[in-house]
Amino acid sequence: MDYFLSEEQLMIKELCAQIAQEKVVPVRAELDEKEEFPWEIMKVMAASDLFGLFIPEEYGGLGKGSFELTIAVEELSKACLGVSTTYAANALGTYPILLFGTDEQKKKYLPDIAAGKRLVAFGLTEANAGSDAGGTQTTARLEGDHYVINGTKQWITNGGEAEIYTVIAITDRSKGPRGASAFIVEKGTPGFSFGKKEKKMGIRASATRELVFEDCRVPKENIIAREGMGFLVAMKTLDSSRVGVGAQGLGVAQGALDEAVKFARQRVQFGHPVIGFQAIQHMIADMATDIEAARALVYAAARYADSGAKDVTKVSSMAKLFATDVAMCVTTNALQVMGGSGYMREYPVEKMMRDAKILQIYEGTNQIQRNVIAQNIIKEAAKAR
Amino acid sequence: MPLKIDKTKCMGCGACITVCPYDAIVIEDGVARIGEYCQLCQACLSSCQEGAIMESKVDYASIPTEDLAAWSGVWVFAEQRGGKVAPVAFELLGEGRKLAAARGAGLCAVLFGAARSDAQELIKWGADKVYYCGDDIFREFTDEPNAELLSRLISMHKPEVVLAGATAIGRSFLPRVAARLKTGLTADCTSLEIEADTGNLIQTRPAYGGNIMASILSPRTRPQMATVRPKVMKAGRYEPDRQGEIIDVDAAGIRARTRVLETIKAADTGVNVNLQEADVIISGGRGLKGKEGFGMLNELAQLLNGTIGASRAAVDEGWIPYCHQVGQTGKTVCPKLYIACGISGAVQHLVGMQSSDVIVAINKNPEAPIFTAATYGIVGDLNEVIPLLVKKLRERKGAQ
Amino acid sequence: MRIAVCIKQVPDTAEVKINRETGTLVREGVPSIINPYDTHAIEAALSIKEQLGGTVCAVTMGPPQAEASLREAISLGVDEAFLVTGREFAGADTLATACALSGVIKKIGADLIICGKQAIDGDTAQVGPEVAEFLDIPHVSYVKKIIEAGAASIKVERMMDEGSDIVEASLPALITVVRELNTPRLPSLKGKMNAKKAEIKKMGAAELELPVDVVGFNGSPTQVKKIFTPGPRGGRKKLEGSLEEQIDALVNELVEKKCL
Repeated sequence: MDYFLSEEQLMIKELCAQIAQEKVVPVRAELDEKEEFPWEIMKVMAASDLFGLFIPEEYGGLGKGSFELTIAVEELSKACLGVSTTYAANALGTYPILLFGTDEQKKKYLPDIAAGKRLVAFGLTEANAGSDAGGTQTTARLEGDHYVINGTKQWITNGGEAEIYTVIAITDRSKGPRGASAFIVEKGTPGFSFGKKEKKMGIRASATRELVFEDCRVPKENIIAREGMGFLVAMKTLDSSRVGVGAQGLGVAQGALDEAVKFARQRVQFGHPVIGFQAIQHMIADMATDIEAARALVYAAARYADSGAKDVTKVSSMAKLFATDVAMCVTTNALQVMGGSGYMREYPVEKMMRDAKILQIYEGTNQIQRNVIAQNIIKEAAKAR
Repeated sequence: MPLKIDKTKCMGCGACITVCPYDAIVIEDGVARIGEYCQLCQACLSSCQEGAIMESKVDYASIPTEDLAAWSGVWVFAEQRGGKVAPVAFELLGEGRKLAAARGAGLCAVLFGAARSDAQELIKWGADKVYYCGDDIFREFTDEPNAELLSRLISMHKPEVVLAGATAIGRSFLPRVAARLKTGLTADCTSLEIEADTGNLIQTRPAYGGNIMASILSPRTRPQMATVRPKVMKAGRYEPDRQGEIIDVDAAGIRARTRVLETIKAADTGVNVNLQEADVIISGGRGLKGKEGFGMLNELAQLLNGTIGASRAAVDEGWIPYCHQVGQTGKTVCPKLYIACGISGAVQHLVGMQSSDVIVAINKNPEAPIFTAATYGIVGDLNEVIPLLVKKLRERKGAQ
Repeated sequence: MRIAVCIKQVPDTAEVKINRETGTLVREGVPSIINPYDTHAIEAALSIKEQLGGTVCAVTMGPPQAEASLREAISLGVDEAFLVTGREFAGADTLATACALSGVIKKIGADLIICGKQAIDGDTAQVGPEVAEFLDIPHVSYVKKIIEAGAASIKVERMMDEGSDIVEASLPALITVVRELNTPRLPSLKGKMNAKKAEIKKMGAAELELPVDVVGFNGSPTQVKKIFTPGPRGGRKKLEGSLEEQIDALVNELVEKKCL
């Protein structure tokens, strides 16, 4: 299908595909096995300007939008979700500054982020605040020129590796959701440390850690927007990043399908390559159709966001929900097409299937996405009356 | 241009376009046109069902040619490194003798550096005359002095053919000689012969990673120069009593703008990887499935006192270092026995080993091209064949 | 330091297949790439530039399509690109190619010229040294390490058939490089965008002040007489029986032929 990409968009796609092929594919199994953070690949991506993709030109970026980021994430995800998660989580952590930061904050942080010199992470989830962000227990209390942060963030992607963290903490518990605020915390700030690295089922090249704040003092000017805007910052950030998770689903599904087709053309049973059997053909046809439908939705959502539309929540949730459910289904079926070989670590599909599972969970489980979609439909219906 | 399309025959089918490696052919007004980027590789010639592509006869008369008849004799540049004459020189003298005989001319060698006694050796290997310069400037190899002195001698004595080894040395400085004399040079030849009617040297070499062979002529200029890979030609007969003339040459006025500061010997890895000198080579390819496969070959190699070789596929996979690679982009070898294990036999590999005396191919796929080059072929799984072969060889050794 | 890199656009020979029946090359779907050895030359030039400052220009001779390879070079960080093109250059062998390339380099000037050791379609390794000769400058072939690049000289390690040499050359000089030298970088997005807009300077024989009889077919002393596919060899012996019997027969044959 031709999605009428512009010349620059084609360049981005081509470059990311080249990085995926030359730098990611050869090492992905090893990174997974050793649970090793993909620093070498991040350096290549930095040198290729990919960290500046969605950052405005005035801050050293390329000034592109969601759609370009979608293309980049999709291509990387074809090769390895662990790598694309690391890259996408950097964008997730950057959005609060990009969307709500002051000019000083942008000048201070965005050029380094655009150059890939400093990696970013976003800290929202806690032990008692997953799908229910209202359960946030980390607090920030103003003391003179500083906020003092206390609490622990859990399962933070890029935790420990990133140098800049955008973190949500409660500044006024009495105000409920309106009592949260967002802060920029730099690695190395006294009182800020990391918990152990989590052992995960998939995306094992990516780093997942606790962020531990013990009387961590950050300068007052590190607050993003104003006190009380924390949840709005978080929600708008997730609105922007969700399509990227959809793009991850798209990529990994395509990657798995490609492997399955390649395998089925070579594997001979009953005297024929198995791709000649209708049972396999139908599975492949269904997978390809699902992927194309997901792609159409993800691309449309990204382009809608880039159009400047305000109400992107519903469609970005739909894109995330649909594309990541497709990813789980396609990676599972691609493995099935490959039979015993698919289950072996010699081939990349078992890893793709393990990796894909997280997409239905992180940045809002797919159950929460359904809630969000339904709430928006209810709101729209109420408005229409 | 030397390739022409007969417009009356061309159907505009485009078959030639698909075979042209240089995208030089386009269809215009329903017929093919060969554009200016044709490299004359002639890949299109046989692709045309209609016979519409022809070699147009080049009118050589219209191109100024030198007085070719003034040139005669075959020369061999005998390279030395560390004062030792490379064996390829003896092979070239063997081949040069045949060419000289075909032209009814003499055979000379050129030796720069090394000892005067080495010049005597070249005579015993077949040279009638040796141009010898013992100047210190030739002790370490640098390109310019070699190019300068060889060019001077060629201009003075006008040999018809000049051969050198296609080695790091020959391939590096001979192009300078060709450029200085504005004459043709063909690299990495695998066969040389004299064209019967013209007396031109037909120089055949692989191209496209060994996918095709090209026969090359230098019909308009002299000398005709070629480099030949070591181990491709057979050395001539060594005659201890053979007599010849050594002509001392002076290196006056020769300068070098490069300087060798230090010579580093090949790292002694403890493994014998001198493939070109080996009598027995056990080579592995993609069929070995991994590094471990070479362990199995090692056992066989030890038993046969052989050296381990590899196909490009195995080297590219990182299973074994490049120094083991046999083929167009690796070493050309000529052992008494070559055992190819799990190597499919891409042309790139075949050109590097097909002159081995006996070739044994072991491969799972009975259609593998390696069997076309093999003296003996066994179709089977390496994991069964190799251990069984090792066992049988052990039994025989034990019996002796 | 002004560095010139000579590159060549080639068909990816790893993808070229032979039609066994007709003995011809099947080019369909085979992509054109920058000769892989030349990508190492570009990388070497760019890293010297990063160290010493200066400019890097890329030079190629070829059809108009070869512009794509120059744009790729620019996307990697090359500053200027020159394409020698025109009907008069067609059918060039290594000598005529070297003549044309040295013609451009004389025009644009360079302190250091870097070439890949050879092109994967021809594998001759001749153009580099011939360019050096045409320019009357020293050269070092098969460079696997650049030890030191200075304003007046360059110190390198070159591969020999056995071992290697440390060689110093006075500048201007030409080196040809092997894969072991470095790992070529990937392009950047900004580089790719620059490359799209960059001006590729095209030059013909007239601009280079070269007579037409020294370039292209007329300036080429060598000519291709014929092209053919290497044929199979004869003398093949089939081994019969079970695997064990075959191996017994093989061992007997090898003993008979005194291979063991």
